[in-house]
Amino acid sequence: MSSASAGATPDPLAAAGIPQAAPPLSPSTNHEPVVVFEDVSIGFGREPVLDGVSFKINYGETRILMGPAGQGKSVLLKLTNGLLRPDSGRIFVFGEEISAMREDDLFELRGSIGTVFQEGALFDSLTVRDNVGYRLMEEHVPEDEITRRVAEALRFVELEQTLAKFPSQLSGGMRRRVAIARAIVTNPKLILYDSPTGGLDPITSTTIIELVMKQRDVAHTTSLVITHRLQDAFVLATHHYSREKGAMDPLPPGHADPNTSFLMLHDGKIVFDGSTKELVESEDPFIREYLT
Amino acid sequence: MAISTIDQATKKGVLAVQEYAQLSGRAVSNLFRKPFYAADLFQQADIIGVGSLPIVLMTGFFLGGALAMQSSSTLEQFGATAFTGQLVSFSMIKEIGPVVTALMVSGRNASGMASELGSMIVTEQIDAMRALGTDPLKKLVMPRIVATVVMLFFLTIMADAVGILGGGLVGVFMLGQDSSQYFHTAYQSLMFADIVQGLVKPIFFGFILASIGCFYGLKTRGGTQGVGRSTTQAVVVASVLIIITDFIIIRFMLGVFGR
Repeated sequence: MSSASAGATPDPLAAAGIPQAAPPLSPSTNHEPVVVFEDVSIGFGREPVLDGVSFKINYGETRILMGPAGQGKSVLLKLTNGLLRPDSGRIFVFGEEISAMREDDLFELRGSIGTVFQEGALFDSLTVRDNVGYRLMEEHVPEDEITRRVAEALRFVELEQTLAKFPSQLSGGMRRRVAIARAIVTNPKLILYDSPTGGLDPITSTTIIELVMKQRDVAHTTSLVITHRLQDAFVLATHHYSREKGAMDPLPPGHADPNTSFLMLHDGKIVFDGSTKELVESEDPFIREYLT
Repeated sequence: MAISTIDQATKKGVLAVQEYAQLSGRAVSNLFRKPFYAADLFQQADIIGVGSLPIVLMTGFFLGGALAMQSSSTLEQFGATAFTGQLVSFSMIKEIGPVVTALMVSGRNASGMASELGSMIVTEQIDAMRALGTDPLKKLVMPRIVATVVMLFFLTIMADAVGILGGGLVGVFMLGQDSSQYFHTAYQSLMFADIVQGLVKPIFFGFILASIGCFYGLKTRGGTQGVGRSTTQAVVVASVLIIITDFIIIRFMLGVFGR
């Protein structure tokens, strides 16, 4: 689904039954932060992977977490949905301190969080339909409704025809799109994307970024996007999804999406937390080197 | 250097035992907590029970036959070939049936569980399952343990039966023994304690082989090589633990029933 091909569908969102566009959010929207990290540290062995990490993700905001490979970006994502527990510090999601919650309570909370894993992490013994509808099946939603909602989610990622296929029959890009469909099928309040374009060719990467953007600009879902690809990050910051065109559109030169901001991780610490403009204008030697 | 190595190895061992105890405890407690994955339980029962039936019946039959041949040649020296049936039934029900069935099922299913769960770990499917709000211990481990315990119990009974039948066929058609005498001694000499011992063992063995298979599967690290390592470790550890547990149960039963 390139931008061009997406344009062939006049209003895929309405057809897909995705929640209709809420009024665009401004960064000052009066909600408590969806995610808060307070001085979080974690290590495996002697060296800390994350060391005193603190940041917030506000309601409706998209935060792009960048940094070189092996700096703990995926670890940070797993801390955010409670798959890992910090050695020290506190993590709040939807106002609840997940770093102090029991595993059983976390399972319930995770129902409000959609996660797209690095390689998709689809269940290889289940069909695409059962993968996408997994959470709904666990909640004992009636079969008819599962089929309808799975079809809607797959229509959103333009993969309706793959309903009966197994993940092994799909390409890498298609698997990521199914993973996105699985993450959004329950209309989560927070979506975590772990390198959704990692290992994909540029065209497929753009398709995936367009889907992330579509979710951001239409459903206004709060999200954390991990990537080490500068191009993907800047496309996300400098474009918006046009419902009329059914494709992404560049923002006017010099403008960036106000709800999209950046975090940069280096040596286990957050070395940058700010807007696109601030990132581009940063004088920090590491950031300058990373950006060039 | 050597002391620090011993220190590390001991810590690792204690940690592994602690993790195993935790996994087993949680898996068993999940049996009484919702949601109960009945469909997964029946699917595993089919895979473990029905799937293992051919190898269990074959090994049971030929072991019974081999036992009859071996024991009758020894008993012949004392003019006691009439006791072949008793010896075969005793050995099959109390020892060979439960142990060999458990080892066969362990080779087939502990390895299968370790490799399946290990593959799910390295491809982040277990993380995805947790992220989707499902407890993998409830969804994956509990059904495997319960299905193995239940199915191994019945598989052992079947292995015992075909083993005694195999011994009988060898005794009658190859060694020229009287069939009614064989089956009569095989049945008459059995006592309650023998049956209890034969039926208690598969319950412990089933739990061991399934929990060890799941434990090593969920502990998998390091890609496909790690999956291979977990599979091997699961079969080796499960087999050794089955033999050790067998020894402990025998000692316990001797203490309780005196035979």
